[in-house]
Amino acid sequence: MKTKRKKIDYSKWGYLFILPFFLCFFIFSFIPLADTIRYSFFEYYRSGIKEIGPNFIGMENYASLLQSDMLKYAGNTLVLWMIGFIPQIVIALMLAQWFVDSRLKIHGTQFFKVVIYLPNLIMASAFAMLFFTMFSTNGPVNAILSSMGLISQPVDFLGSVFGTRSLVGFMNFLMWFGNTTIMLMAAIMGISPDIFEASELDGCNSMQRFFHITLPLIRPILAYTLITSIIGGLQMFDVPQILTNGQGSPDRTSMTLIMFLNSHLKSKNYGMAGALSVYLFIVSGILCFIVYRITNDDDADGSKAAARKAKRKRRK
Amino acid sequence: MRSEKPNYLRSIFAHIVLIVLSFMCLFFFYILFINATRSHADLQKGFSALPGNYLFKNLQNVANDGTFPMFRGILNSLVVSGCSAAICTYFSSLTAYGLYAYNFKLRKIAFTFIMAILVMPTQVTAMGFLRLVTNMGMYDSLLPLIIPSIASPAVFYFMYSYMQSSLPLSLVEAARIDGSGEFRTFNRIVLPIMKPAIAVQAIFTFVGSWNNYFVPALVIQSKDKMTVPILIATLRGADYMNFDMGKIYTMILVAIVPIILVYLFLSKYIIAGVTLGGVKE
Repeated sequence: MKTKRKKIDYSKWGYLFILPFFLCFFIFSFIPLADTIRYSFFEYYRSGIKEIGPNFIGMENYASLLQSDMLKYAGNTLVLWMIGFIPQIVIALMLAQWFVDSRLKIHGTQFFKVVIYLPNLIMASAFAMLFFTMFSTNGPVNAILSSMGLISQPVDFLGSVFGTRSLVGFMNFLMWFGNTTIMLMAAIMGISPDIFEASELDGCNSMQRFFHITLPLIRPILAYTLITSIIGGLQMFDVPQILTNGQGSPDRTSMTLIMFLNSHLKSKNYGMAGALSVYLFIVSGILCFIVYRITNDDDADGSKAAARKAKRKRRK
Repeated sequence: MRSEKPNYLRSIFAHIVLIVLSFMCLFFFYILFINATRSHADLQKGFSALPGNYLFKNLQNVANDGTFPMFRGILNSLVVSGCSAAICTYFSSLTAYGLYAYNFKLRKIAFTFIMAILVMPTQVTAMGFLRLVTNMGMYDSLLPLIIPSIASPAVFYFMYSYMQSSLPLSLVEAARIDGSGEFRTFNRIVLPIMKPAIAVQAIFTFVGSWNNYFVPALVIQSKDKMTVPILIATLRGADYMNFDMGKIYTMILVAIVPIILVYLFLSKYIIAGVTLGGVKE
């Protein structure tokens, strides 16, 4: 009998291959994070050319942020996100449903998909600059509206709260609805055709099919889309920053949290920027945890439970 | 069939909605293109639906403008995005392969860790990042925009999923029996198999880096190192009313045209890639 050769241990290669990633993460994300958290407890800013601090002041930065306009900016961010997200998810669900419905015989599906995904790839800052020039009082949109006789004098879109917020929301909608449509389409196509066939035989109409079969079955992807969109919304910066030149005008009603952070960083107010970052870190940490649960656990997203529920409902 | 008629109506309705949405998506780019082909004087007269013949002159004006070195910016952006895409896809594949093909003690923990930071926003560490970059002497250089893309959890996850579906471990075993070293196996056998995934992720990383504004705006200071988004932002901050409008439209046009061109050629793969990764970037 031959003696079994000792198996070569390859594990050191595994460590070696994942080393660059973790090294890079440690240097460019972990150290900065620790540094950010550390300075959030310090009084450390620049007034003129004089540097004040760093002096340890405990939780004072956190407290003064709560008294500042931070909560107002958080509200702005939420409003701007919702204006973009609600139409986005409604339209995306509708389009995804249409694209996969073979009986609707949509012509040029590929063309429409290419077109609606296009705005997602456009540089957000250039897109915002384009909207700024187009919706300015002497821009082409006002020119078109007045030549059509719809308005007698130019509309100052960016001068009103409603106008600015709608424009930001509209741009976010345009940039993301194609992406969401394609994601949801893949989710709907992943549902077994048998279920749809069975529902057909049971006399299910298209509305019932959508609300009682499709929607419950794509719930995990919907949840994923929602959470990643909230994380994206939390990071909203490019569009309102360029559109309002960093002012969040009118009267800082379109100032987002990251714009606030950016202005602290630009003025080298490291203590405040640190505390604000920690608030953002906590919120996004919670959201990350939810995404982790959705992408990893077997049934944490409730897909199987949803399937069971859908079946039960159908039986009633 | 009972449901024949409503389907017909629904089909018409669906087509109308799709055409309206497509119109919304394309209309702004159409205006941009038209206005970039007209001169400032022409633009002041009002909007016209037909293109002018001033595009070449506008391009020349953009190229000769020293305050907004647009073509230099495009070059910088190309360098940053190209390098980011290359090292991001290579090291993400390497990391994914390390966790996929080898069994070691910390494997589970490492994987869980990367999944936990999958969608963590970079903005929360921006302050420490800025200080670190300054201390390392890399402030106002393109390097801090490139190197951190080695650690991209989302790209890693995509590569890992792709390996699970298309890289049989028996192939790695076979290479070992043939005497191929581990690193050589990765470069010569694994990477070619990963080509479709690498292509898709290279495009997404390139586009993401091309469009990135927040980090470059913090790190870059001098004009000749600015990337395209910062130039667009400085354009917005400048005294806008005294500008040649034709030139402004042309600047925006040259900022987005490279991506549109890439997209037109590769749209099929890009759209297929959106769902493969399942991760928004």
